[in-house]
Amino acid sequence: MRVALFVTCLNDTLFPGTGKAVVTLLRRLGCEVEFPEGQTCCGQMHVNTGYRDEGVRLARHFLDVFAGYDAVVAPSGSCAAMVREQYPKLADGMGATRPGAFASVHGGRSGFARAVAEVTPRVYDLSEFLVDVLGVTDVGAYFPHRVTYHPTCHSLRGLRVGDRPTRLLRNVRGLELVPLPGADECCGFGGTFAVKNAAVSAAMCADKVANIESTGAEVLCAADNSCLMHIGGTLSRQRTGVRVMHLAEILAATERDVGGPMSREVPAVDPAVNGEAR
Amino acid sequence: MSSREQILARVRAAVAGAPEVRIPRDYRTTGAEAGRVERFAERVRDYKAVVHVVPAAEVAATVADALSRRGARRLVVPDGLPERWLSAAPSVERLVDDPPLTAALLDAADGVITGCAVAVAETGTIVLGTGPGQGRRALTLVPDYHLCVVLDEQIVPSVPEAVARLDPARPLTWISGPSATSDIELNRVEGVHGPRTLEVVIAL
Amino acid sequence: MSAGPGTFLGMPAFPKNAEEALEDSQLRFNLRKATHTIRARRQAVVDELPDWAALRAAGKAIKDETLRNLDRYLIQAEEAVTRAGGHVHWAADAAEANRIVIDLVRATGETQVVKVKSMATQEIGLNEALESEGITANETDLAELIVQLGDDWPSHILVPAIHRNRSEIREIFLEHMGEWGRPAPADLTDDPKALAEAARLHLRERFLSAKVGVSGANFLIAETGTLVVLESEGNGRMCLTMPRTLISVVGIEKVLPTWRDLEVFLQLLPRSSTGERMNPYTSTWTGAVEGQEFHLVLLDNGRTKVLADEIGRQALRCIRCSACLNVCPVYERVGGHAYGSVYPGPIGAILTPQLRGTASELDASLPYASSLCGACYDVCPVAIDIPEVLVHLRAKTPHAPAERLGLKVAAWTLDRPSRLRRAQRLASRLRGLLPRRRLPGPGAAWTDTRDVPAVPEESFRDWWNRTEGGAR
Ligand code: SF4
Repeated sequence: MRVALFVTCLNDTLFPGTGKAVVTLLRRLGCEVEFPEGQTCCGQMHVNTGYRDEGVRLARHFLDVFAGYDAVVAPSGSCAAMVREQYPKLADGMGATRPGAFASVHGGRSGFARAVAEVTPRVYDLSEFLVDVLGVTDVGAYFPHRVTYHPTCHSLRGLRVGDRPTRLLRNVRGLELVPLPGADECCGFGGTFAVKNAAVSAAMCADKVANIESTGAEVLCAADNSCLMHIGGTLSRQRTGVRVMHLAEILAATERDVGGPMSREVPAVDPAVNGEAR
Repeated sequence: MSSREQILARVRAAVAGAPEVRIPRDYRTTGAEAGRVERFAERVRDYKAVVHVVPAAEVAATVADALSRRGARRLVVPDGLPERWLSAAPSVERLVDDPPLTAALLDAADGVITGCAVAVAETGTIVLGTGPGQGRRALTLVPDYHLCVVLDEQIVPSVPEAVARLDPARPLTWISGPSATSDIELNRVEGVHGPRTLEVVIAL
Repeated sequence: MSAGPGTFLGMPAFPKNAEEALEDSQLRFNLRKATHTIRARRQAVVDELPDWAALRAAGKAIKDETLRNLDRYLIQAEEAVTRAGGHVHWAADAAEANRIVIDLVRATGETQVVKVKSMATQEIGLNEALESEGITANETDLAELIVQLGDDWPSHILVPAIHRNRSEIREIFLEHMGEWGRPAPADLTDDPKALAEAARLHLRERFLSAKVGVSGANFLIAETGTLVVLESEGNGRMCLTMPRTLISVVGIEKVLPTWRDLEVFLQLLPRSSTGERMNPYTSTWTGAVEGQEFHLVLLDNGRTKVLADEIGRQALRCIRCSACLNVCPVYERVGGHAYGSVYPGPIGAILTPQLRGTASELDASLPYASSLCGACYDVCPVAIDIPEVLVHLRAKTPHAPAERLGLKVAAWTLDRPSRLRRAQRLASRLRGLLPRRRLPGPGAAWTDTRDVPAVPEESFRDWWNRTEGGAR
């Protein structure tokens, strides 16, 4: 099976540790992982902010880069949802009122639609790939901490990953999973919403943070670093001491890591100070 | 061009070339027959209505009892209401709608008694259709107390079965519990403009 | 009374309105309490139906089919209403609709009308139009009454006074009921039952003497010409039943093809809106009944423009249940006023810019009043993909030059992996210089409440290259 990692532009640039964790994890599970170097961005930010033409161009690029793989794994619910849920809409709806969106991409609209039909069904969020494709829920991880999980909107309501992530977390040795009150409520990130409607975004996050703190968890886990960047940035600003970690990073951790170079020890100090915060 | 023509022309231009739509009707068109009456009673009670389930022979006694408990002496009685339902309450003064009762008279009445056209178990709904024993709509609206007799065979399990039984040419009133509002903090509070007390007698 | 659309004109953009609303802690408390209550109730009664998904699919398709053949169904409805003794009027816009209603009221010689809450009449500003012609419109819905007495604006489709809690309502009643009619009892408490009783007494006299009623409708059945109004309090029944003349203003998208279609919508609507198995009262009538004179005003007012947009037209499926408002995290925190329209919340964010256009700053900002969390789409009983329409409208509205430049540069960079790599390396080299707590320019909107993540020494792609995917 040819498995490609779509690391996403955000992880590539700001959170390489998440990409490394996916590689470590998939190798441990016996997967050969390729990293197609032509990859950049799925186009989500552009499409969702109203720059559809630019978004379509990035989408076309994505489809070219990831054609021919048996599976494409993305450690991001929103990027996977963009590809799987929104590309088909781009192909048959959103461009309709302005056909110009496809003028600059090769193959035009019909070529785009064909590529969408060909590539997107094989794009998975990490938890989907592990549970549905590899058929594992116990990935052999060890992480002795109290963790709460935020499901993120696009995983929950876009991809409908359901309880896949928490099934994976429940099988992590040493990990105590505590339920997050109001888990299915949006954290307020929303891409450019976070700056365009900063006050509302912050109000939403304040409630999310209060819920996180009420769990007494040491670590907030999610499968999307964009939401984690927003929640983590607030947790750090408020000096809560709660650390954020991507699902891949927890699943990649094993007994060997404790105290080692890939240590997942929760830092005792304000994470913002030691440069770990998102 | 008249506004009518203009609107129709705009509609036609707007949807020109749009594909036709197929309507999937995969939902239930019948409900569970088992426990139909019990479900109806329970769901009417959920709306804070008073419910009695009695054998048909005891309707008159139950009605008389309810009226005396309520202290209802002047009762609006629509045309065609089965005479036997009131046979145990001879002292109750009957207000008949012929000539039509004025709003003030209706307002001064102690209550109204009716039958119904159909009732829905799943939703605890009674439908009045201005047929015999139901009267025109104001009769069940202005008085503060509504006593309704529902026959076993009038209770259908689900909404689709009720819709199928009803005649849209008649004005219909679907009643689910007493008048209520959700306008204060989105919580249901019973008792606004319609009858604040709904009492239902289910005759088996 | 200031609940008309005119009041909203000239309002600043959504983010500004939202910021102000967020400072009102009482408002936030009221909204939070109300929306969380209704969410739980809706969920419970929706879960009770094993065929909810099938009902939702049918509801969506019925509406789509209606819209596809709307010309035919409108004509059919007109014929049926006329056959049943009613009169049908067509209004291309708000002004024409108001004119028609004013003339009809004038013809009765009355100067008072009783109204049952209707979004369509709010949308066209009917109350103000009547007022300017010396006709008083009395709102009879409890929440509308609260809004009208408090000289306030509606902030929710279903519960226009959702932003008020019981003690505020008590004060409004005590202070203002006397100005309009029977005053509230001096010993009025804030018990919801007592408040409802005060409203009952205040309005009773007016109902019983009303000569002209004005309503909207939830549905209009083309096949039979039947109008359908769902309500709770009985004020609707009063307005529909007691007056000699009844005028119903109905948007053209309210049509349903057949009587049978009600079997779907009478299940979808109550459970989605008030979270009940059924609302207390639903009235249906066909033409002129019980000696009444009946007028139906069919309203376009921008709807055909919405219909012409392939993506946007799904907003016309809306049955105004307000489930999307109740579940929306943005609405929950800022309330309805910030949306500057009679249609607030997610549905307002897609409907208002389509009905009114995006010429004003406020209307142009509405498609962005969402984090695209998708909760609205999940609960919508007619499956309106609100996020899809929001994104579509964002693409249609013009962008600010600075933002445009920023996103163009980003797109240029992301267009080629080589450019992305260069940008990443530049960022890594400058990582020490990047402030974590206070970004300049537009970045300040981020760092006002959030720290910025540290830029890593090396991007993922550089790490992959250097180590051959971790092999070295
Ligand atoms: S958009 Fe959907 S959920 Fe929102 S009010 Fe309309 S029908 Fe209800």
